Amino acid sequence: MAAATTSAKVKWGVLDAVVVVFALIPVLWIASLSFKTPATLTDGNFIPREWTFDNYKLIFQTDQFVRALINSIGIALISTLIAVVLGTMAAYAISRLDFPGKQLLVGVSLLIAMFPQVSLVSPLFNIERNTGLFDTWPGLILPYITFALPLAIYTLSAFFKQIPWDLEKAAKMDGATQGEAFRRVIAPLAAPGVFTTAILVFIFCWNDFLFAISLTSTERSRTVPVALSFFTGASQFEDPTGAISAAAVVITIPIILFVLFFQKRIVAGLTSGAVKG
Amino acid sequence: MSISSTTPATSAAADAEERAIPKQRGRRRRVELSEGKKQERKLGWLLCAPAAIVMVAVTAYPILYSFWLSLQRYDLKFPDEREFVWFSNYVTVLTNGYWWTAFGVTMLITLVSVVVELVLGMGLAIIMHRTLVGRGLVRTSALIPYGIVTVVAAFSWRYAWTPGTGYLANLVSPEGAPLTERASALGIIILAEIWKTTPFMALLLMAGLALVPDDLLKAASMDGATWWQRFTKVMLPVMKPAILVALLFRTLDALRVFDNIYVLTNGANETSSVSMIAYNNLIKGLNLGIGSTMSVLIFLTVAIIAFIFVKLFGTAAPGSDEGRR
Repeated sequence: MAAATTSAKVKWGVLDAVVVVFALIPVLWIASLSFKTPATLTDGNFIPREWTFDNYKLIFQTDQFVRALINSIGIALISTLIAVVLGTMAAYAISRLDFPGKQLLVGVSLLIAMFPQVSLVSPLFNIERNTGLFDTWPGLILPYITFALPLAIYTLSAFFKQIPWDLEKAAKMDGATQGEAFRRVIAPLAAPGVFTTAILVFIFCWNDFLFAISLTSTERSRTVPVALSFFTGASQFEDPTGAISAAAVVITIPIILFVLFFQKRIVAGLTSGAVKG
Repeated sequence: MSISSTTPATSAAADAEERAIPKQRGRRRRVELSEGKKQERKLGWLLCAPAAIVMVAVTAYPILYSFWLSLQRYDLKFPDEREFVWFSNYVTVLTNGYWWTAFGVTMLITLVSVVVELVLGMGLAIIMHRTLVGRGLVRTSALIPYGIVTVVAAFSWRYAWTPGTGYLANLVSPEGAPLTERASALGIIILAEIWKTTPFMALLLMAGLALVPDDLLKAASMDGATWWQRFTKVMLPVMKPAILVALLFRTLDALRVFDNIYVLTNGANETSSVSMIAYNNLIKGLNLGIGSTMSVLIFLTVAIIAFIFVKLFGTAAPGSDEGRR
């Protein structure tokens, strides 16, 4: 690249600004709504004229939201844990070991990544109704793991390619079995990739709406995105806009934190998993 | 020009090689499997088994079960009338106007949003990749739409367009309610989709952009190539596989559109997608037979579109990029 001139910097600066504004406006808007008082809620101002925390106080006093938040966190964490453990095992085998059926597994995960989720809703609805899984945590965790696994396997195998595998050989020369080499040498090296994958998988589970609204029916296992769509406000006649906005901001906080602290990792994870022909 | 012709050729050759090698190895191994090789195989299967079992159990079995359900009259409100009816549910759905309206809406949303996202995503990818200032800031901001919960973003758009409450409500017409008119509602749904998924498209494209050699761009620019020529003659050919992957993933993802419609219009004024009406028939209507029929039809639609993609673009499609070096 030629030396950066001032005018080039200005040009890129303007383009950057457009992207930032475009990306942030809807987020700032919902945050703004959450701080508005009921009186100013419908004034259409982008910035609140009167600020209040009442909406947040209100939602944390309702069982509906607190319970949904616990469900969301629990279900997303458990699904992430299981998907990452299973995905790590499979990705290690795919990237390191030679065995028949490897291509088949990769093909199957690719198919599942493209699978229309709504096609599973009706059979799963009936299966879970008959097996007692309907409206329980495992009833949601199971489909989440399934759809997170292709993502986990792809991202992890891409990361595993970059690990210096000679160390594994060295460990084996020192008498370690393949299994020991995996646990003692490779696993610690692979930790950053595993962590990145965990973030991506967590975002996926945290985000889901279709399964959550179809396979739950009570507060027992409803997650926040679904609870949001059922919010009615403190009384039936109250406008729930403020409460919904506050709840929306609360579940956006983890995403913002991930993005702020792990931007480089997330970008690396998303770009490496998808295209390495 | 040489790049555009060599890249696909080499990748095709590499693919052929990758396909050939395991077979050879397999033959050699069958003759004499050493203890270590046997152990490796066993470990490989052992490590993959849990993931494979979960994925197949939660997708393959239900889709077959779904097909079985779709051949029955099965309404949970009238469980006694359950009966095997062969393909009559398919006739019911395929001769129904609502299904085809939803089908058209889904296709329209998919087509428009994917085309716009390809253009915007390419722009965003170039900005994220080449910007001289604030690269971290731009990438961080772009990841927010990717990460945010779709329902949250949808509520933000809904309130933005709600008359009285929103800052955008008066943009289209002073006293109209944009979300209650079909054309503007569809426009807003597409806008919400584009906002949410352009960054994902851009990240996939950026992966391809990173493969474009800087030297080549420099050489082209020294030879007097304009910006547009460098883009179309140097960058695009190198990026072709990445573009196809991005298009395939986003197309299939867009066909699933549900969250945005549910929150923005709840399917009012003929804005339902196929996912919406399948959901409505199942959860609201409790009609398992019809719901399953729609599930199977959506599955077939997606399968056909994926198949066309892979056929059209041959080895460049992601079906072939699993063979990793």
